[in-house]
Parts: sequence; C-alpha cells; structure tokens
Amino acid sequence: MKDNETVKGIQGGSLISIKGLKKHYNGGRVKALDGVDMEIKKGEVVVIIGPSGSGKSTFLRSLNLLEIPTEGKIIFDGADITDPKSNINLHRRKMGMVFQHFNLFNNMNILKNMTIAPMKLLKKSREEAEQKAKALLKRVGLEDRASAFPSQLSGGQKQRVAIVRALCMEPEVMLFDEPTSALDPEMVGEVLDVMKSLASEGMTMAVVTHEMGFAKEVATRVVFMDGGKILEQGTPDEIFSNPQNPRLKDFLSKVLV
Amino acid sequence: MFDELRDKIMLCFIDNGYWEWLVEGFLHTVLITVFAVILGLVFGIILAAVRSSYDKNEETLKLRGGVGYYLLKAINFICKIYITVIRGVPVVVQLMIWYFVILVSSKSDIFVAVIAFGFNSAAYVAEIFRGGIMSIDNGQFEAGRSLGFNYVQTMIHIVIPQTVKAVLPTLLNEIIALLKETSIAGYVGIMDLTKAGDLIRGRTFEAFVPLIAVAIIYLVTVVVLTKVFTTIERRLRRNER
Repeated sequence: MKDNETVKGIQGGSLISIKGLKKHYNGGRVKALDGVDMEIKKGEVVVIIGPSGSGKSTFLRSLNLLEIPTEGKIIFDGADITDPKSNINLHRRKMGMVFQHFNLFNNMNILKNMTIAPMKLLKKSREEAEQKAKALLKRVGLEDRASAFPSQLSGGQKQRVAIVRALCMEPEVMLFDEPTSALDPEMVGEVLDVMKSLASEGMTMAVVTHEMGFAKEVATRVVFMDGGKILEQGTPDEIFSNPQNPRLKDFLSKVLV
Repeated sequence: MFDELRDKIMLCFIDNGYWEWLVEGFLHTVLITVFAVILGLVFGIILAAVRSSYDKNEETLKLRGGVGYYLLKAINFICKIYITVIRGVPVVVQLMIWYFVILVSSKSDIFVAVIAFGFNSAAYVAEIFRGGIMSIDNGQFEAGRSLGFNYVQTMIHIVIPQTVKAVLPTLLNEIIALLKETSIAGYVGIMDLTKAGDLIRGRTFEAFVPLIAVAIIYLVTVVVLTKVFTTIERRLRRNER
C-alpha cells in the first residue's frame, strides 16, 4: 500500500507512467522496444508517430499488456500492472482499446457487441447497458444500426462502433492503434471526427496514427518513435515546424508531401 | 426376375425372422455411435482446450513466469502423446486391446465398444476444435481481452461460439466416419448392423440381399445425419456474413 502511495506522489498528475519499457524477441536479437519512458497525464492526447517497424504499435499494445514487456514497469492509476500478481483484467476495464481492424465480435449484433462487457463484467442490468449503448450509438450517428451485424457495416461505421464499444466500459484512457489505417479514404474523416470530439471532452488518449493532420490539430503532445525508442517529443508545433532529430526530419519529409 | 428377388428377400428377412437381427444390429450401431460421439466430444473438447490454451498463452505464461507455465506445458505434452498414439494405431487394434486386455473383465461388450470408439474419436475431435479455435482471427480474442474479459470468459463468450460454427462441417465428417467405423465391432463379437447382415449371409448363403440392405441402412442414416447438421449450420449462420 505504502509503495503505491509513494508512486502516486512522485507521479503528480500522471495517469500512466512507463519506465524503461523493453520488448525483445528471439532472445534479444529483435528489439521492438528498447527502453521507453513516458508519462501520460490525465486529459492528455498523446499522438505517437514513426515509420513502420518503429515499435509504436508494440508500445501501445504494451500499455494494456496485449504485449507482455520483457522489461520495464507500467504504472496505471498508481498500480504496477506489470507486476505478475496484479490482476490485469481489472485494469483493462479502465483502458479502452480501438484496433486497426475494428475487431467487432462477428457473432453478435452491434448492441450485443456493446453491452456484453458491461453486463458480464460490470454486472450492469440489460436495460442500463442498452440505454447507455444506444445513447453512445446516437452520438456517433448509428442509432439505427443497433440490431445490424458487423458484416453489414462499412469500415467507418465499424470503427465508430468499436470506439463506442470501448466507451461503454467508461474507461479512464483510450488507446488507438492505427484506427484509420484500414479504412477507405472517404471514411477516415468520420472516425477522426469521433476521436476529436472525445478529445475535446477531456478523454485521455494515446493514439498511434499516420494521420499527421489529426496529430497537428488534436494532439497535446506528439511523440516520434524509431528503432524502439522515443527520439523526440513535444507540442505539435515543435515537432512539425521545428523538428530537431535528423530521423524525424527525414520521416516528416516523406509523410508531409 | 422380380419374383426371384422377392423370394430372396423373404428368405433373408421374413421367413426366419432374421429382420429382427438387422433391427437389433442397427440399434447397437446407433447406441455405440451416439455414446462414443458424446464421449469423443467431451474428452476431445477438454484436450482441445488444453492444447489451444497452451498455443495461445505459451509466450505470455513464459514471460510472466511461475509454476503455471510448466504445469500447462506438461499437461499439453501428455495430450500430444495421447493424440499421437490414438491416431497412429488402427481403431480395430485399439478395440481389441480394450476388449482383450484393458477391459477384459467388463460384462458389457457395448460399453467396451463405446470406450474404444469414444477415446479414439476424442483425438480427432480435439484436433478439429483446436484447428477451429486457432482459425478464429486473433483480433476477436484481443478485443475480448482488451475489454477486461479473462482468458476463459473470452473463450466462452466470444471465441467458442464462432469456433462451433466453423467446425460443424468437419465435425460431421468425424461423426460419419465414426458411425461407419463401428462396423468393426463384430471383431469382438458385438452384433452391430454389419455383423447382423453377415450372420444372415452365413445362414442363408445369400450375399447380395443382406449386404445391400446393410449398405442402404448405413447410407440412409448418414443422409439423415447430414440433413440435421445442414439445418443446424444454416440456423447458426442466419445472421452473419
């Protein structure tokens, strides 16, 4: 108990605090993450950019332990979730995640997709869970698709459902793993709009994306990763207008055409 | 010509009441098949659960450390050996081993057959289900885990329902194969459908009629079974894809 308190004190307002995170494969020959430290404060929108293979997705997936780090600590809400004795399932309830390929449950309709976790895990009544789900669907303009199955939705619709499915658990932080990379270009906007409105409400977000426009507009902090390390971070303005690291300059020259 | 055929049919089934053998044999075949399928499914699913849990969690458990990893690894190894042995030994030989060696004191021949065919089928069912579980996109699994479901809950609510649908056609294959495999029960003196037909042949010195009759009964059973499975499959798929 005392440990947790000290940790909380040191952190200040940090919701997630990452220390020396490493992820090695093949006995250390492949270093997907090679010592990453980061603090994510409440209400921050951290956008992580970098070339493919830079470790940014691995980093994001480590935050809720979908990837188990080889080394390092992740303190979430004052608790060390990398401690094998901690119950990761309880922490994950408070960390919503949105995937590149949506990952809606194929065998359930949209409403069931959104209510199954609150009902089974938070023991909410069906009425309560459905009411919340319908309100969220309405917010993203999909209230008429509640009884549809994922296969009947477009990519953009699926991703909007995936976002509100995560919100149904009332998470403290939302993790986005390239949420628009699998979308047709005309559907990217509708998903980004939902994310923007979430950010404007003060949701803490960590976003891995190639959408530089989103990063410039919405991020409170942009983090550039390459080779499993954070090479530079700062406000969108600092990163995009005045990059220092040569690799970042090179990266930006390729993506900002 | 039709008169001749009719006489043969009368001789083989009606005159001496041999039709009763066919009925009894068919009932034995069904009895053995049904219970062997149940045993095979239950035990096979347990085997599949172990094997796929190991496949899915190996890396995680290894990194998290502790006894759990070694325990699962050991149980998985035993399951693998079981599957290898069962699949590597002809089912007739297995049946005879059960009958003449392991369960030699059993009073019920049918029971021995159920055990032999059930434990044989379990090995195949296990691999069918494991293949099914591994074929479900890992994203489904990750989405479940990311919401806070634990491994078992994710399996029960999300992965298994999709797996069942995916494996139904292959499972039907296994059940049909099992039904027909029971025709070797005569090796240990059980009068199943095949044995009944063969007994009639021996008594009447008439091969064509009883054997064709047996063939038709198997065929019709398989057709009915297929029909049932197709209906279930269609129901399950109604709302998707």
